[in-house]
Amino acid sequence: MAPIARLLLLVLLSTALTISSGSGDGYTINGRVKIPQGLGTKGFALPGKMSNIKVILNGGQIVTYLRPDGYFSFQNIPAGTHLVEVAAIGYFFSPVRVDVSARNPGKVQAALTENRKGLSELVLEPLRDEQYYEIREPFSIMNVVKSPMGLMMGFMLLVVFIMPKLVENMDPEEMKRAQEEMRNQGVPSLASLLPGGGRN
Amino acid sequence: MAITYAVLLFLIFYSFQPTLSLYEDQVGLTDWHQQYIGKVKQAVFHTHKTGRKRVVVSTEDNVIATLDLRHGEIFWRHVLGHNDVVDGIDIALGKYVITLSSEGRILRAWNLPDGQMVWESSLHGPKHSKSLLLMTNVIIEKDNVVVIFSNGRLHAVSCIDGEVLWNKDFEAESLEVQKVIQPPGSNFVYVVGFAASSQFEMYQINATNGELLKHESEAFSGRFSGEVSLVSSETLVALDSTGLILLRISFHEGKISIQQTPISDLVEDSPGPAVIIPSSIMGLFTIKINAVTIFIRVIGKGKLEVVEKANHETAVGDALSLSEGQQAFALVQHAGRDIHLTVKLAHDWGGDLLKESIKMDQQRGLVHKVFINNYVRTDGSYGFRALIVMEDHSLLLLQQGTIVWSREDGLASIIDVTTSELPVERAGVSVAKVELNLFEWLKGHMLKLKGTLMLATPEDIAAIQYMRLKSSEKSKMTRDHNGFRKLLIALTRAGKLFALHTGDGRIVWSRLLQSLHKSEACQHPIGLNLSPWQVPHHHALDENPSVLVVGRCGPSSDALGILSFIDSYTGKELSSSRLVHSVAQVIPLPYTDSTEQRLHLLIDADKHAHLYPETPEAISIFRREFSNIYWYSVEDENGIIKGYALKSKCNGNVDDKFCFDARELWSIVLPSESEKIIATVTRKMNEAVHTQAKLIAADQDVMYKYVSRNLLFVATVAPKASGEIGSVTPEESWLVVYLIDTVTGCVLHRMTHHGSQGPVEAVFSENWVVYHYFNLRAHRYEMSVIEIYDQSRADNKDVWKLVVGKHNLTSPISSYSRSEVVTKSQSYFFTHSLKAIAVTSTAKGITSKQLLMGTIGDQVLALDKRFLDPRRSVNPTQAEREEGIIPLTDSLPIIPQSYITHNIRVEGLRGIITVAAKLESTTLVFAHGLDLFFTHFAPSRTYDSLTEDFSCALLLITIVALVAAIFVTWLLSQRKELQDKWR
Repeated sequence: MAPIARLLLLVLLSTALTISSGSGDGYTINGRVKIPQGLGTKGFALPGKMSNIKVILNGGQIVTYLRPDGYFSFQNIPAGTHLVEVAAIGYFFSPVRVDVSARNPGKVQAALTENRKGLSELVLEPLRDEQYYEIREPFSIMNVVKSPMGLMMGFMLLVVFIMPKLVENMDPEEMKRAQEEMRNQGVPSLASLLPGGGRN
Repeated sequence: MAITYAVLLFLIFYSFQPTLSLYEDQVGLTDWHQQYIGKVKQAVFHTHKTGRKRVVVSTEDNVIATLDLRHGEIFWRHVLGHNDVVDGIDIALGKYVITLSSEGRILRAWNLPDGQMVWESSLHGPKHSKSLLLMTNVIIEKDNVVVIFSNGRLHAVSCIDGEVLWNKDFEAESLEVQKVIQPPGSNFVYVVGFAASSQFEMYQINATNGELLKHESEAFSGRFSGEVSLVSSETLVALDSTGLILLRISFHEGKISIQQTPISDLVEDSPGPAVIIPSSIMGLFTIKINAVTIFIRVIGKGKLEVVEKANHETAVGDALSLSEGQQAFALVQHAGRDIHLTVKLAHDWGGDLLKESIKMDQQRGLVHKVFINNYVRTDGSYGFRALIVMEDHSLLLLQQGTIVWSREDGLASIIDVTTSELPVERAGVSVAKVELNLFEWLKGHMLKLKGTLMLATPEDIAAIQYMRLKSSEKSKMTRDHNGFRKLLIALTRAGKLFALHTGDGRIVWSRLLQSLHKSEACQHPIGLNLSPWQVPHHHALDENPSVLVVGRCGPSSDALGILSFIDSYTGKELSSSRLVHSVAQVIPLPYTDSTEQRLHLLIDADKHAHLYPETPEAISIFRREFSNIYWYSVEDENGIIKGYALKSKCNGNVDDKFCFDARELWSIVLPSESEKIIATVTRKMNEAVHTQAKLIAADQDVMYKYVSRNLLFVATVAPKASGEIGSVTPEESWLVVYLIDTVTGCVLHRMTHHGSQGPVEAVFSENWVVYHYFNLRAHRYEMSVIEIYDQSRADNKDVWKLVVGKHNLTSPISSYSRSEVVTKSQSYFFTHSLKAIAVTSTAKGITSKQLLMGTIGDQVLALDKRFLDPRRSVNPTQAEREEGIIPLTDSLPIIPQSYITHNIRVEGLRGIITVAAKLESTTLVFAHGLDLFFTHFAPSRTYDSLTEDFSCALLLITIVALVAAIFVTWLLSQRKELQDKWR
């Protein structure tokens, strides 16, 4: 019955977020990934499904998945300093350094490598959510005005309404001369509108 | 008029939208993503319940997936770690998928509908052994029990929470357990195996509490060989070690009897030893003698009878229990172009439940595995569906004589990729399906315009999106001006070549290479390398391009080589040859012959160089360049790097004039006690470098890049630190990097990173190398850059010297000239582990570069090379800022918008390939692993083309409206003038 008792103990310990000595040939790292509610639900980026979150030890040595409650565990880990990474679409997780000590088993030594923040227990939370797409600006009147078409329209309106005012304030003689010139020129051709034609 | 000009100009500039990052509705415009699972090794059907019918599969790429039985789509998929090999899968309680992996150490349960992991158990045992998974119908405290034998221990695990209910050790030193059997209706299990290869052991164990009920053993005069077949719940069939005697082992009611039958008694002209094909079909088993499959029936008390001898390639499926205690099994046989699927009853060989003949694509090869599942037809009879796994790793579902769906899972294991241009569009050859007329075109643009002005209805938006995604333009089978349309040619592990269209990722052709087919002379052929063989340009434009596939007949480097030449447009195997020498290295030479075939040098294991193609013309070209050909070899296990040049014709065989001896020029021997080579990287052969000079704006200075094709980057670590992270302390690990000239063997640069270790991922481009490694002191990943500059040209910056002509810019660059190089280096922290790293490549090399990094989360992140500039400082001067130097930060930024895979995972990412498009701004990026992902990427935005968002219609309409307005106002003014005159 001894092995059963030990295994039961192991099951109990796994809920207590500790590093415990497994069955002889290594230690166990237990932890939990927690995604706060509300994060990642805004914007376009769909939050990755919980079932697709991977927890990776030492750059791919062991890959595990999360239980429905977010817990994970790595078994048979030798003593030393390890690196735990969480791969989740839509969230940015900092890798975590986890020290597994042979001298005092059961003690958690974990720290986020990104900001060197120590963790009292191995609960991994995303530092931020990741937005993979640019967000399209919603429709607004300012955008239309600022767009090239809007500016063009503005310019045309300017010409239509302000120019006659300017013409009114003109010297009658000068006006006459201008009209004379206009008559000589005739119909403005399309060619003269184009940049090439405009220069000559 | 100047204003109109300015407005137009402004308009055009304004329309350059940033395209570095993606809007969500742009997904799928230039990118595509395909998901695969790899070669299926076990399949379990789940069709009992109403609702979606599915099949659970495990594959050789450590994937567990459930597929839709109707269409073959993936419901969910999990990729386990690379050493977490799946040993067995089954379905428990109708809602959990149970998987045993990691040599029987990890047992997991997954929720069948959504793939959520439910529980995970770790199983330990005293010694290494076979891993067996057996779903029992034993119930302990309302809990179904799964029995696992692994690592010399029998475990009973609860299906609901993964708790180990009991376990029992099988300590006997030499015991090799072969089977765990539960006779139907009983609550005990048999554990049977061989001890010391000559003794049969049987343990009867109570499944409810693990109590040993009975233990019997029986000695056998000969020795047993590996596999066994189960012919009833209390009878096994095995072979002795000679493969000539069949052993029928019965352990009915604890009494063991071994009955020997020489195979020659059953089969008259039996040539050579037989192998048993493990199965568990009631009263029937299969053996294979050479290529002949023999079905043998067990009748009554120990009588064996041959029922059929099949000379064709045959695959046998496992037994399927039908309702009345009957068992059925499937048999697939090849006959020419067809395959015959037969479902037979186990006890009645003659009575076929199903016999279907299906036309099979020859390019899929042989059937490797078959899994069947039954359903009840409306008339009460049984219908069968069969899932078959083919030689090319594809997966097909057969039902009612047709192929319902197929999956090209061979693409999950790409070995090498190359690209090929598409044919030139010629007059009279219309390849596009529908050529759009002007009206359609305008209509499309009007829709788009509506979209931009946010006036579109949801239907319109859907129509726009459909139009954008299904643009016939991008999937045409001809070359385009921008060079976006190409063929991606991929060689897979199964020895099949695929050509994928870059526009939409469809398979244009695929071919199972006959030369890489298993044969008598070549037992384990593997593909090694794929390279463009013939790329026709001007005069040879009528010919189709072709690619060269190099393979060899086995995993060791001294196995004989295989060459195969494939037409890139049709996939036809033009020719193939089995070489008389081995292939250790393939070196494409930068020379082509008159038919534009590229010269290749194949180096064999004895360091002889063999020239291909074997034509006199190739020899004459080769002779001219004889003294300019150098190569190197890296022996990572000995820590030796050697450089070679050509010496003379081979001495040994006089008649082979395409064989050359090599002479060793130099060698670098690294001290094996302190350094172990873990990574070597060179520049890409075809990389374009725009300019050699780099202007340093800060002090009005010019630096010359040391651009050489003969540079090799080597990374070594302390032998102790070559393992995983966490296995060494910072004091006993170091990483040393070298830059070596491969012609002279001269070490141009050497640098040590103390307290660092591998794995190292590195990329070499132009005059810089970027590498990624682990810093143990900071316990973070780091990326370093080394840039190398040529100092011997530094005094060329005097303008007067250039004018007078006293410069050495035109002097040829030689590795033998004295090298005066300076290197600059800097290191930064980086968050993620990397799986692959690549750099963008463009047609002329003008566009600035970005690094493409495959992260541990299977995403591809783009990072501007400017972040890895060794000249970054904390406070750059104003001049440096203008030049684009970014202030120094200790870590590299991760900007989510610069993930070029956006929210997609390229599961099991292994490699990233970049190909230059004709458009200078754009790189084509292909990332492959289990999944395939392709996209266009513009490192400095698309500065040379209008974006997809640009609305031509809007521009045209505006111009027309302006002209109309001018005309109308002119008319009005005329009339007004006239009125004025009349007045």
